[in-house]
Amino acid sequence: MTSTTEAPKPAFRLSQLIYDSRYRSITIQVVAMILFFAGFAWLIENTVSNLRALGKDFDFGFLWNRSGYDINQHLIPYTNNSTHARAALVGILNTLLVSFIGCLTATVIGVLAGVLRLSKNWLVSRLMAVYVEGFRNVPLLLWIVLIFAIMTEATPQPRDFREGGSAAMLLWHSVAISNRGVFIPAPIWGAGSGILVGIFVLSLVAAWYYRRYARKLLFDTGRLLPMVWPAILIAIVPTVLFYFILGRPVTLDYPTLGGFNFKGGLQIRNSLIALWVALSVYTGAFIAEIVRSGILAVSKGQSEAAFALGLRPNRTMSLVILPQAMRVIIPPLISQFLNLTKNSSLAIAVGYMDVRATLGGITINQTGRELEGMLLLGLFYLVLSLLISGVMNIYNNRIKLKER
Amino acid sequence: MKKSLFFGALTVATLIGAAAHASTLDDVKARGKLNCGVTTGLVGFAAPDANGVWQGFDVAVCRAVAAAIFGDPMAVNFVPTTGATRFTALASGEVDLLSRVTTWTFTRDTDLKFDFAAVAYYDGQGFMVPKSLGVTSAKDLDGATICIQTGTTTELNLADYFRANNMSYEPVPIETNAEGQQQFLAGACDVYTTDASGLAATRAAFEHPGDYIILPEIISKEPLGPVVRHGDNDWGDLVRWTFYALVAAEEYGITSANVDEMAAAPTQNPEINRILGTEGDLGAMIGLDKDWAVKAIKAGGNYGEIFEKNIGENTPVGLARGLNAQWKQGGLQYAMPFR
Repeated sequence: MTSTTEAPKPAFRLSQLIYDSRYRSITIQVVAMILFFAGFAWLIENTVSNLRALGKDFDFGFLWNRSGYDINQHLIPYTNNSTHARAALVGILNTLLVSFIGCLTATVIGVLAGVLRLSKNWLVSRLMAVYVEGFRNVPLLLWIVLIFAIMTEATPQPRDFREGGSAAMLLWHSVAISNRGVFIPAPIWGAGSGILVGIFVLSLVAAWYYRRYARKLLFDTGRLLPMVWPAILIAIVPTVLFYFILGRPVTLDYPTLGGFNFKGGLQIRNSLIALWVALSVYTGAFIAEIVRSGILAVSKGQSEAAFALGLRPNRTMSLVILPQAMRVIIPPLISQFLNLTKNSSLAIAVGYMDVRATLGGITINQTGRELEGMLLLGLFYLVLSLLISGVMNIYNNRIKLKER
Repeated sequence: MKKSLFFGALTVATLIGAAAHASTLDDVKARGKLNCGVTTGLVGFAAPDANGVWQGFDVAVCRAVAAAIFGDPMAVNFVPTTGATRFTALASGEVDLLSRVTTWTFTRDTDLKFDFAAVAYYDGQGFMVPKSLGVTSAKDLDGATICIQTGTTTELNLADYFRANNMSYEPVPIETNAEGQQQFLAGACDVYTTDASGLAATRAAFEHPGDYIILPEIISKEPLGPVVRHGDNDWGDLVRWTFYALVAAEEYGITSANVDEMAAAPTQNPEINRILGTEGDLGAMIGLDKDWAVKAIKAGGNYGEIFEKNIGENTPVGLARGLNAQWKQGGLQYAMPFR
């Protein structure tokens, strides 16, 4: 005999949404969601109605109008007849330029300072501590303005370089440091220079293969080939040889004084130098601390084991400590790169024409399209930051601990 | 997390919402002070003196408007704005009136949704160079490095002028006049360009003004005047006619010294009587007291007095009246009839 005892099926009551823990979390989330969207919708509605009250429309058409203003540093051809969109692109490239070289030098400075701060030498470690604390605890804007002021106030004017003037060019009359910027020789790519570039790229590839071969040999047989100097030789010697064989296809255009300013050569403007140096040393100070923490995070047993195996201190650092420290270092390093990139928008303080100064400054001001311009600007920085963290995450996944 | 985002959004929305206005005059009266946008510092036009009190030609316009409304020329909050921030400050309602050497142009009047109340100063763009440079004409400036304030009409004029004359130049963008002065004196640029009046005012603040010359070429028309938001016409009228009251006062010989006397009893000239409120009640038509113009004129004097005191030939700035003389003296300053 079977008796079916039906479990009582209580009817769903509305109060369960609050008092039943099975439903409560969903209720809270739904309510929060509704409130969030209501707030967001209100925000949009508010913007739209305020724009209407001001009699303004929402239109990106201004991007295709003539910009009418000049930009001193443009990596692509640009005149005041170009469009606002092109001016924005010029600014974007300037932002990318200073961010890229800034990230590179900040990393170099940061790693050096971080390692040196752990030095057993009292003087070296204290010097690095002073550097880190000095730069980390003073606002970036002050450093940018200070370095720019030094560059413009303490360096000679171009006309001081004239005959009998108080200033002279450096390095066999090829480099001039003036208050308009640093002028260096610019390469002129003559006939056959393409071949030279090709050879240089091939030598780089060859050097990389040599290192891979040497590493494989070391792991397979234990034979240690010298790695650094042969790789450098392979990378450079063929290019130098072919430079002469091809009859010196690349020549240099030296800066010479003409009229108001230096003509020819390559001008690295003071605004770029000030921004670059300030961003590098400021972010470098943060990176130094990240590197230091990464190294300290590797357990002491690792270095003791390496010493016990007879590894010298520099090899211990480069082969044992740093590879493990990288796992700790990379994630916060990504956010330092993002910080540096976004901090480059302080460029306008020294008149460096980055995207904040072109699209977010002059274009907005001359066209009165604040909302559109700021949205585009925000979008650009968002995309750039996501790209940087995306690339760095790929690298992070490659070096992180492989758990098998 | 989501909730904090929501409250963040709410705060932003509230801030944006606060910018919406009903009537500027009502807002100003309720606040008890006029918010006036001026430069970050241009001697003669708008700059704080040794006691921290704002002085200058643009400042006097703000004070006249404040005096017309409250009877107190000091009832002004001065908001320093740069060339790049001034329009946002005005459009968002941060300032009620922008009296900041701002050029009247078509797009600013139409597309940017502003109204220019009047032309307070007829100006044009010039160039300043060190004498030691040996330049006597703007046509000799090919290849020069030029300091230029961003977000201004001068920036566009400069590009047009050099293009039209087939010359090249290197722009050094700067934010404020003080920054431009510092860079120019350090020699980071060969030339400083802005409105000719601004050049004279900047040069007046130099340690050795005689070492610098302003080139003879004036490359543009720069009619500078007080600006208000488009849409509140009553407020625009108030600013416009307060300014015209100052111009008309000069024309009819009303000064800060004799205004009380002339306003005490009707004079022989009905126009003066209408301005000073001894005949009819023009003040009521713009929402002010009968003696609004008396108070405005008492604040800093008539147009001529303001000019001479702040930027005239006996000041360090040393500007001649030129185009800004009364129309009867061959200038362009011409007040519309008070009738």
